[in-house]
Amino acid sequence: MTQVDNTLNDIRRQGNATIVALSGEVDLHRTPAVHKTLVQACEQHPERLVVNLKDVSYMDSSGLGTLVEVFRRVNGYHGTLALCHLSTRVRSVFEITKLDRFFNIYATEEEALSA
Amino acid sequence: MSGMRVVPEESQKFVISVRQLAKLFADQQGRPVRVLDDITFDVYPGETLVVMGGSGCGKSTLLNCLIGELRPEEGGIFYQTRVMPQPINILDAREEQLNEVRKRFGILFQSGALFNSMTVAENIALPLKEHSYVDPSIIDIVVTLKLQQVHMLPHRDKMPAQLSGGQKKRAGLARATALDPEILFYDEPSAGLDPVTSAAIDELIIDLSKKLSVTSVVVTHEMDSAFRIADRMVMLDRGRVLRIGPRGEFERIRDTAPERLADEDERLIHQFLNGKTEGPLTDAAGMSEYEKWIVTG
Ligand SMILES: Nc1ncnc2c1ncn2[C@@H]1O[C@H](COP(=O)(O)OP(=O)(O)OP(=O)(O)O)[C@@H](O)[C@H]1O
Ligand SMILES: [Mg+2]
Repeated sequence: MTQVDNTLNDIRRQGNATIVALSGEVDLHRTPAVHKTLVQACEQHPERLVVNLKDVSYMDSSGLGTLVEVFRRVNGYHGTLALCHLSTRVRSVFEITKLDRFFNIYATEEEALSA
Repeated sequence: MSGMRVVPEESQKFVISVRQLAKLFADQQGRPVRVLDDITFDVYPGETLVVMGGSGCGKSTLLNCLIGELRPEEGGIFYQTRVMPQPINILDAREEQLNEVRKRFGILFQSGALFNSMTVAENIALPLKEHSYVDPSIIDIVVTLKLQQVHMLPHRDKMPAQLSGGQKKRAGLARATALDPEILFYDEPSAGLDPVTSAAIDELIIDLSKKLSVTSVVVTHEMDSAFRIADRMVMLDRGRVLRIGPRGEFERIRDTAPERLADEDERLIHQFLNGKTEGPLTDAAGMSEYEKWIVTG
């Protein structure tokens, strides 16, 4: 069965920040591609890496695990990882694992960029 | 079976739809016995359905049919999942369809079912490694998240033999949730646990269900637990559905004096829910068999 990869990973630079917009369902199938994109975005050590989850309808634990791995990378070079636009469903995934206590989570991309 | 409706209603939104299910086993004399008979009910998205009933009434058999471990002789079991939104009858599904559906299950059975030759962490990583190409460093993080959820992080590198019963159960739950199942099946999740651990497991079942809308089917004998976690309840009696309804309906039956209940069914449920040893339940259980034995020798 061939499937269209609906995780379009869009990378933009804005000043000292890199913004990655993810979309679709971040699950076991898509996680490897998402990880690759985020690792790539980390390579130039942006001061601030913003991950916009506006168009992410579903995220599983492997997606969360990917964000934790990237969080460690960004911390490793003393950068900041900021997440924004979490849907209720995606936010729940953070809450149930208590990761919302560790991540910088913002309502909008502007806030994530300026905070 | 001719003329019987064995497909679910078109419009209904269900995760599982069980239609006129029958499971037969042979008794000691080799005669077929209907251990499950004419079982029909639906499980709705995100709800927790608690399955109750006396020992031997068919709860585990039903669960084993639902997960595809046992093949019923009659009826249908339909699934609708996130990855497979079209209803699939697992009783006539192709092998790869069945596997896709099964990947969406998480199962926590009586023993916890850990592999004894692996650490707790390795046990939880196993389904992730089997089902995906996810980076080992990420699998490691997911394992940590799952262990944290069941408060088992300190026991990460222990072997199952070094764990208590409650710890094994919690590790089993971490493993059952490793792949973020859409449907969780539990067979007596709190059996043999102290009240505090048992309540903690209940909390987790409720959390998974309410926050992640995991659909749950739970067999339990613990009435406190049943009323804590259930959205709806189903009571089985000798292989049949005696009653299915919202938790409130069962609370009413539990809290109403037997003489004010509508019928014998309700009195039976009342007795079961209150754990009384006198009543229609014990009078009926095995009595007709016993009578037959007395009468016919
Ligand atoms: N493999 C089998 N072969 C023959 N009979 C079986 C088999 N498995 C179960 N049974 C019978 O089917 C009936 C239902 O058993 P089941 O294990 O489903 O009961 P249960 O409701 O789960 O009971 P408990 O509360 O004690 O776990 C019992 O009478 C049991 O003896
Ligand atoms: Mg049983």
